[in-house]
Amino acid sequence: MAHKKLINDPLKVADELVEGLVEAYNGECDFVGARSLVLKNIPDNKVALLVGGGSGHEPIYHGLVGRNLADGAACGDIFAAPPPDIVLEATQAVSKGNGVLYLYGNYAGDVMNFDIGAELAEEEDIEVRTVLIWDDVCSAPPTEKNKRRGIAGLVPVVKLVGAASQTATSLDELEALAKKAVLNTRSVGVSMSPGSIPATGKPTFEIDEDKIGLGMGIHGEPGVGDIPMTTADELTPQMLDLIFADFDKDEDIDALKEGDEILFFVNSLGSTTMMELLIALRKAREILNTKGIKTYDVIVGPLVTCQEMSGISFSITKLDDELKKYWDLPCQSLCYSKMEGHYGG
Amino acid sequence: MAKETLSPNDCRDMLIAVANKIIESEPILTDADRALGDGDHGIGMERGMNAVKEKLEGTDFETADKPFMAMGMAMMSSMGGASGAVFGTLFRTGGKAVGGVDTFGPEQLAAFFTSGTEGVQTRGGAKPGDKTMVDALVPAAEKAEEVKGSSLIDAITAVAAAAEAGKDASKAMIATMGRAKTLGERSIGHPDAGAVSVAIIVATMRDFVAS
Repeated sequence: MAHKKLINDPLKVADELVEGLVEAYNGECDFVGARSLVLKNIPDNKVALLVGGGSGHEPIYHGLVGRNLADGAACGDIFAAPPPDIVLEATQAVSKGNGVLYLYGNYAGDVMNFDIGAELAEEEDIEVRTVLIWDDVCSAPPTEKNKRRGIAGLVPVVKLVGAASQTATSLDELEALAKKAVLNTRSVGVSMSPGSIPATGKPTFEIDEDKIGLGMGIHGEPGVGDIPMTTADELTPQMLDLIFADFDKDEDIDALKEGDEILFFVNSLGSTTMMELLIALRKAREILNTKGIKTYDVIVGPLVTCQEMSGISFSITKLDDELKKYWDLPCQSLCYSKMEGHYGG
Repeated sequence: MAKETLSPNDCRDMLIAVANKIIESEPILTDADRALGDGDHGIGMERGMNAVKEKLEGTDFETADKPFMAMGMAMMSSMGGASGAVFGTLFRTGGKAVGGVDTFGPEQLAAFFTSGTEGVQTRGGAKPGDKTMVDALVPAAEKAEEVKGSSLIDAITAVAAAAEAGKDASKAMIATMGRAKTLGERSIGHPDAGAVSVAIIVATMRDFVAS
């Protein structure tokens, strides 16, 4: 049976959800052009931060437009990249004369369309740089990071870069910080059942009832492989080990060791409940504590989703003093809000 | 009597003919993509070509590059995804290379295919042999350069034959890009849907020049 969806015209789902998002922001953001969301009152000369991607993964990507976060988002149709003219419209709207940084997940369709958008923007004398988010360690080995997908790690990355963009004086400076935030952020996801395509009700992929897709991407892309269904306490160490191994193997970053400080993010892909996330978090913290890795702050919730897909992901962002300073800044948006500082601090 | 050169508005009419032919071919493209991909290529191209017609019909163009570029932008904005980006790039980048001239002949034909093909390869990263639209485009571009001293009808006829042969050759290839790559060797025997579209586009250009 197709999943019951409370929608109107299936072909207008993306437009209507962004209209709803504007209402949720209650005047904080504008709907711009064909389908972009842009913060009101971006200061002159600010180095602008633009995010974006396909719709249907709410509350990302467009939900990350907000105070001390992204200045705008170019929103695609359901699970589809925003076309170049939408990217251009969003770019023009956020540009305040000091360049625009594009920060989004590494998917072929997104890269092609944002690249064309950047070329169109440059024809209008807007300087654009791009930093791709590639936190999914199961999508390619550390020597081929350009083939990795962007998943839940984009939330801490956009938070950090959004904070840095408030005081960055040049596009160079913001680009460098964004590259560091991406390099320091690694994720592993698992899936237990698919989401559905809103227009058709069809599942986005297939997986056996008694299996878990280890390392599977948010659209059902293949990862490490299918493993038998298991418990939270059995699965959690397997997921964390994949992240630890990636920090170990990657020559571009030091291994995680005792005394390191991290952000830890437990994400639900949609229908996995807060109860399940908390049970996984409990086990994950036990493992992190045993290793002497300090959890500077925790994020828990369904922030990077694919409709009613079930599954979770863990993301670890390794912090240094600079990143901690940007993390401590408060932020507010539909997707993620926090006060000054950090939990427990 | 074949046309010796095309005016900017002839180029527009040629591209509208291409759009109509692709829309008419939607079932063929859908079948071709269903064998290898998710079956949405035909519908995507149909949507793109309807947008192209809306943009081109009733518009006067001063130079030959403009209708091609307008077609590229219309495809990009209406199709979305990777196929909108690569097909849009073919027409936008290829169109730019045609230049602000008022007659389109074999030189412009070669410029269109050479730059358009380079643009597609840069954008999508596909090489010949990857079983993509590039397998029809690269032979078409090479042929267009080779025959740019001929008449327009001889040139476009040779280019269309090269694209058709390239599309046929894609049947024997193993897909390494896009959704079809998970099929591996099972992709052998079917032409790439993007290459099928390219062959239809070039054949329609030939028929327009011949009429």
